[in-house]
Amino acid sequence: MTQLKSKGISLENLKVNFEEVHDGLNAQEAMEESNRCLYCYDAPCIQACPTGIDIPKFIKKIASGNLKGSATTIMSSNPVGATCARVCPTEELCEGACVLNHSTEPILIGDLQRFATDWAIKNEQLLFKPGKKNGKKVAVVGGGPAGLSAARELARFGYDVTIFEAEAEAGGLDTYGIVSFRLPQDISRWEVDQVEKLDVEIRTNTRVGTDVSFEELTNNYDSIVLTIGMGNVPMLGIEGEDLDGVHDAIEFVKSTKSGPITDELLGKNVVVVGAGNTAIDAATCAARKGADDVKIVYRRTRNEMTAYEFEYDFAKQDDVEFNWLTQPIEIIGNESGKVTHLKCVKMALGEPDGDGRRRPSPVENSEFVMEVDAVIKAIGQSRYTDLIEGFGLDHEGGVVTVDPETLQTSNPKVFSAGDVIFAKGQGEAMVVTAAQQGKEAAMAIHKQLAPEPTNAYKSFNKEEHTWLT
Amino acid sequence: MADLSLNLAGIKSPNPYWLASAPPTNSGYQVQRAFEAGWGGAVWKTLGEPILNVSSRFAAVGFNGKQVAGFNNIELITDRPLEVNLKEIYETKKRFPDHAIIASLMVEPTQEKWHEIVKRVEDVGVDGLELNFGCPHGMAERGMGAASGQVPELVEKQTMWAKEVAQTPVIVKLTPNITDITFTAEAAVNGGADAVSMINTINSLAGVDIDSWDTIPNVAGKGAHGGYCGPAVKPIALNMVAECARHPKINVPISGMGGVSSWREAVEFMLMGATGVQVCTAAMHHGFSIIDDMVEGLDNYLDEKGIDSVMDLVGKSVEKYSDWGNLDLNHQVVAQINNDVCINCNKCHIACEDTSHQCIDMLKDANGNDILKVREEDCVGCNLCSIVCPVDGAIDMVEYANGKPPMTWNERQAAIGAASSCDVNLIK
Ligand SMILES: Cc1cc2nc3c(=O)[nH]c(=O)nc-3n(C[C@H](O)[C@H](O)[C@H](O)COP(=O)(O)OP(=O)(O)OC[C@H]3O[C@@H](n4cnc5c(N)ncnc54)[C@H](O)[C@@H]3O)c2cc1C
Ligand SMILES: Cc1cc2nc3c(=O)[nH]c(=O)nc-3n(C[C@H](O)[C@H](O)[C@H](O)COP(=O)(O)O)c2cc1C
Ligand code: SF4
Ligand code: SF4
Ligand code: SF4
Repeated sequence: MTQLKSKGISLENLKVNFEEVHDGLNAQEAMEESNRCLYCYDAPCIQACPTGIDIPKFIKKIASGNLKGSATTIMSSNPVGATCARVCPTEELCEGACVLNHSTEPILIGDLQRFATDWAIKNEQLLFKPGKKNGKKVAVVGGGPAGLSAARELARFGYDVTIFEAEAEAGGLDTYGIVSFRLPQDISRWEVDQVEKLDVEIRTNTRVGTDVSFEELTNNYDSIVLTIGMGNVPMLGIEGEDLDGVHDAIEFVKSTKSGPITDELLGKNVVVVGAGNTAIDAATCAARKGADDVKIVYRRTRNEMTAYEFEYDFAKQDDVEFNWLTQPIEIIGNESGKVTHLKCVKMALGEPDGDGRRRPSPVENSEFVMEVDAVIKAIGQSRYTDLIEGFGLDHEGGVVTVDPETLQTSNPKVFSAGDVIFAKGQGEAMVVTAAQQGKEAAMAIHKQLAPEPTNAYKSFNKEEHTWLT
Repeated sequence: MADLSLNLAGIKSPNPYWLASAPPTNSGYQVQRAFEAGWGGAVWKTLGEPILNVSSRFAAVGFNGKQVAGFNNIELITDRPLEVNLKEIYETKKRFPDHAIIASLMVEPTQEKWHEIVKRVEDVGVDGLELNFGCPHGMAERGMGAASGQVPELVEKQTMWAKEVAQTPVIVKLTPNITDITFTAEAAVNGGADAVSMINTINSLAGVDIDSWDTIPNVAGKGAHGGYCGPAVKPIALNMVAECARHPKINVPISGMGGVSSWREAVEFMLMGATGVQVCTAAMHHGFSIIDDMVEGLDNYLDEKGIDSVMDLVGKSVEKYSDWGNLDLNHQVVAQINNDVCINCNKCHIACEDTSHQCIDMLKDANGNDILKVREEDCVGCNLCSIVCPVDGAIDMVEYANGKPPMTWNERQAAIGAASSCDVNLIK
């Protein structure tokens, strides 16, 4: 991806700080870049895309001016392809695998993907049609990328699909969690709309387990896809967490995506705890809300941080300061219950622990206190363990157990995909894997409910000069 | 979804894209792979007495770092035994009954030879025949291909011989290595051709290695002229198709080829009178999978234009193609520079200053910024500046209302009573 370049922060008009920072390619850039692609055969970039988008094919279509076809190629493999064009860590995926890394510069695959999908969005294209109804019903619990992807595929296979979504809008973290200056809400909305237009019913403001019981779903649907993602940030487990001015990073980012941009952080000191992508997003959001000083505190070092390099670089451009080997131990407030200070201790790295990262431990007598107006907690996301147990599904620490091939859970009628099956210690969860798993779950359901063979597979036997079917 | 199916002189195919007779259609394995990939038809690699080929056969011409702007070859017709080709044609047709298979043929210019080969290939179930009067090298030295295709009488006679026994439509493939292709096209029509196809490759030498002084390509240090094709030849091919399409006596369908690389060129050829196109170089450059975008892009284009059938495109622009003498001498366009888009490379200025009409001024605006301005009254509307401009939308060529009524050269000459023999066509 083209390195994200901050355009600087305006303190006069905070709203502009939340507009998309990267402009995307113009028509001429897209033409030049698409003609630079070699259109490799059996291309490594395709292998490196978790959803297996036929990259040379969609790029060739940009070069020929067939933008609708290009967007169709992208979206058929990846139902959230417009979002992924913006948020995928492309240098670790497709672009990292481009053969041109060995000769010149890799193709800007993410930017070209964005060019084609932006065209489809701007021209209000509807790219797919629902399949012929087969009379079977599937409930999808959670309308994030994993749920949307499963629903889109099932609708194309001919299933009657209902998505149950707790929030006011579907899209999951694409709609509420990934900062708008990287991913405007409209992009996610368009993807939701593409799914809805395949006759998929989306019941928003409907939380399964509260508004609808799990039994109701098992009784009324032939199959269920569980794609509820993860929950809010867990407690730090230190004193002062309930003080006024202590925020949950997910909620904090969400507030910048849905409501108007408020100015309560203007000129303030903010500390973000954690160093994953969520922490970086929260820190840049705070900076863009006009905070004077934004610090990230992390108990390990840059080597262990899970945030992507491009996220880290972007935060640096927004003047976020990184405090490595620093662990908060107490949040201190004043008599009216407002945060005033954060007490931390310096850490040192010891032996590697379970997930291979070196375990940090406190350095004696190294406590210190910093003045803060707000503390944002971003140490990961909690799991919907109670809910999953309520549904009677096997799990490991809130991570639903699935068959790795079929994504089937311990209940044969229930399949699961996305962050809810994302096990700890694998770096960062990604939209693109959630989308791929959604497709896989849909395919597994289709195999289970419609056992007649789908596309006959044909190949040519070169030795015997005969066709195999 | 528009109807993409094609009917060329009775030969039907599911879409208007055929692989041209060339290496991509050398064998049953390849043609079947192509049909699997989505090609609508294939003109089999030219059949005849098997020949011997040389090693090192192709060369490409790049342009400014882009590979394969043009493609050059010294390959001959098929080097496989006729029986083997016939068996594979039969098998392929059986597996793909709805796809068009056309046999390309080249034999010595005698009646017996033509009768014999036509019967043999029709026996295995081809949908049509394409007489190869175009191969410019090797075969021509033996009196076949372009050698016979450059002589209208030989074209007519051989077409007649083929037609005497043919049960399927006969397409005559013409060589561009001739001053006016309508002469040989007309000869083909007179001989009874059901369609003509063009263009075969253009005489060429791809290059000379400036270190070894060898030709490119070379065979053990020696070269011979080859045939040129690929993107670079499109304008030549398009003109030849258009000239035939607007010729009153050439009233048979035309199969167009020469530089078709995407659905766009296909649309251009069809608008200029081609009933479908053939493709060789683009498939050789990228493989059969390019057909996917060619079909889909065409389909999307037709949908966007609200056209139901691809056949409705055929010839739609032909009436817009005329003689120079019929162009309006009083029509005027001028260049306009959009300084907010311009990146100030000054290429338009120097192009106009050195090689056109000296009417782009380099000025400063009120804030002292560099700007360029066209003196419209001096601009002849040649387009050169907009051609060299590297930025989209920096130069527009706009119509300039000069208030003069339309007047063509032919009308002008008639009006001033000049001798009608002075028709500009004769001196073009
Ligand atoms: C701040 C942040 C930044 C990120 N940045 C990136 C990035 O740059 N690139 C990247 O690839 N990934 C990024 N991710 C990760 C990515 O967003 C997730 O991996 C992805 O969204 C997971 O998709 P999902 O569908 O599994 O879950 P989610 O997107 O979380 O969607 C789950 C949905 O289920 C709904 N739901 C939950 N419980 C219920 C219930 N009981 N009943 C009904 N509905 C329910 C939720 O409301 C939500 O809509 C980021 C994540 C965060 C938090
Ligand atoms: C390597 C090569 C071999 C060819 N052999 C034949 C042939 O055997 N018979 C024939 O009619 N045309 C032959 N052609 C010409 C093509 O069929 C076609 O007319 C020409 O390449 C123009 O199309 P293109 O620009 O799409 O390549 C050959 C072309 C190439 C490049
Ligand atoms: S590897 Fe790179 S050059 Fe090859 S097809 Fe993929 S993007 Fe294009
Ligand atoms: S493409 Fe390369 S490997 Fe194949 S025949 Fe030609 S020279 Fe040999
Ligand atoms: S060629 Fe185009 S970009 Fe360059 S100076 Fe002229 S108008 Fe501007």
